[in-house]
Amino acid sequence: MSALMENLDPLLTALRTTVLILVVSAVGSLVLGVLVTVARVSPIPVLRGAAFAYVQVFVNIPLLALLLLAVFALPDAGLIAPLTTTVIVVLTVYEAAYVAEAVRSGINTVASGQVEAARALGLRLSQTLRHVVVPQAVRAVVQPLGNVMIALLMNTALAATVGVVELTSAVNKVNLVEAQPIPIFTAAGLIYMALALAIGLAAGRIERKVAIHR
Amino acid sequence: MSQSGAFLYDVPGPRGRRRIRIGSAVSALVLLGLFALALVQFGSRGQLDADRWTPFLDWPIWEYLLVGLRGTAQAAAIVAVLAGAFGVLLAIGRLSPSRPVRWLSTGYIEVARTLPVLLLIYLMLFGLPAYGINLPVLWKLVVPLTVANAAVVAEIVRAGVLSLPRGQTEAALSLGISRAQTMRFVVLPQALRHVTPSLVTQLVSLIKDTSLGYVVAFTELLYRAQVLSAYNRLLIQTFLVVALIYLVFNGALSYLAARLRTRLRRSVAPPSGDAEQAADRELELPRG
Repeated sequence: MSALMENLDPLLTALRTTVLILVVSAVGSLVLGVLVTVARVSPIPVLRGAAFAYVQVFVNIPLLALLLLAVFALPDAGLIAPLTTTVIVVLTVYEAAYVAEAVRSGINTVASGQVEAARALGLRLSQTLRHVVVPQAVRAVVQPLGNVMIALLMNTALAATVGVVELTSAVNKVNLVEAQPIPIFTAAGLIYMALALAIGLAAGRIERKVAIHR
Repeated sequence: MSQSGAFLYDVPGPRGRRRIRIGSAVSALVLLGLFALALVQFGSRGQLDADRWTPFLDWPIWEYLLVGLRGTAQAAAIVAVLAGAFGVLLAIGRLSPSRPVRWLSTGYIEVARTLPVLLLIYLMLFGLPAYGINLPVLWKLVVPLTVANAAVVAEIVRAGVLSLPRGQTEAALSLGISRAQTMRFVVLPQALRHVTPSLVTQLVSLIKDTSLGYVVAFTELLYRAQVLSAYNRLLIQTFLVVALIYLVFNGALSYLAARLRTRLRRSVAPPSGDAEQAADRELELPRG
């Protein structure tokens, strides 16, 4: 326990970094993911194809490969940003593909009568999507989106491999100094579980709140 | 695939068709513009020069990477087998009528699902050796991946079991077959068939996870890419080529999963209730 108490400051700073990465990428990937889904179901073949390719690329290439590419390789092409920013961008575009898959499966649950009714009322396709389809689609997939966000939380740990001092990295550093792996790693595990639990509970609450009862 | 969301609009009339053509042209221009911008950026730093790409036409480089790919396949195969077996046992445990077994399985699944694999890998690398536990490199990768994937497989299999109509179990039990035999001969075969697409999707995720071999210095594809790029200084090219290899192999598996899914949907009557559909949906989605 003392090993943890003596290193509380760096660990808390690291936890803050983890939460920062988590929150920014979560918001970013939710917005980007919905946009990708809209492109995926649009009547414009080029956009559909691009959205399909986008999802395939990020669902099939390991996050670690993308991180290494962005952090170590792209600077060779003059594309360079602060480390944490780079990690956040990579996590956002990566997780957006999973958000897009989830929201798309939600769109398939919207009854076609909803769309027909919207059209009969004279709504254009963009209005139908914005006011009728997407709100219902997202409501139907709150729980799966929560799972994607939990996966995002676990993926923030990969930032450690490219040198961001977030929770996993800080815990590892503390252990290298203190050499008490069991309490230190257990504490880190408990924090991750608590964060995941918080996301899960939040998803459950939001789902109950926005669920459409028919 | 291309039909997703097709119910969102009517067959377009002449004006709609014109708008779609305009939209296509505009979005194609924007996408091409972005691509051109990237090419210009790469080109201005000499990253498009022929001599930075021609090394990848040489067989030795591919041979070097293929050894890595073999390592990826080896690790993925071991994890798939172990996590598959372990996962099925956990799923049965979570559905068991015995309370201690159920709690233990549930506890394990819930814990293992929320621990970053990297944390477990660091534990293997830097934590456990202090207690005299120092596994070979391959197992430093395989054990954490198995711990994590077994929990996911268990949840997939459990969802498959729950998606079966209760009548299957009831019929088997009423014929006098024991609970264990019911599970083995009646429930599991059907459940596993039902969740094969999800298991293939999970295999893709697992193959991606083996790239963590980079961290433990196990010879797999990404680790080889890292060593190669340190040697030839062609970072962008090497990582792009390796990303493409992952894309080809995992893309093929993802395509297989999608094919299996549509085939299954055609052969199995769609589940009736809203709750079942929601469970199905959750079950089918890839998880980050």
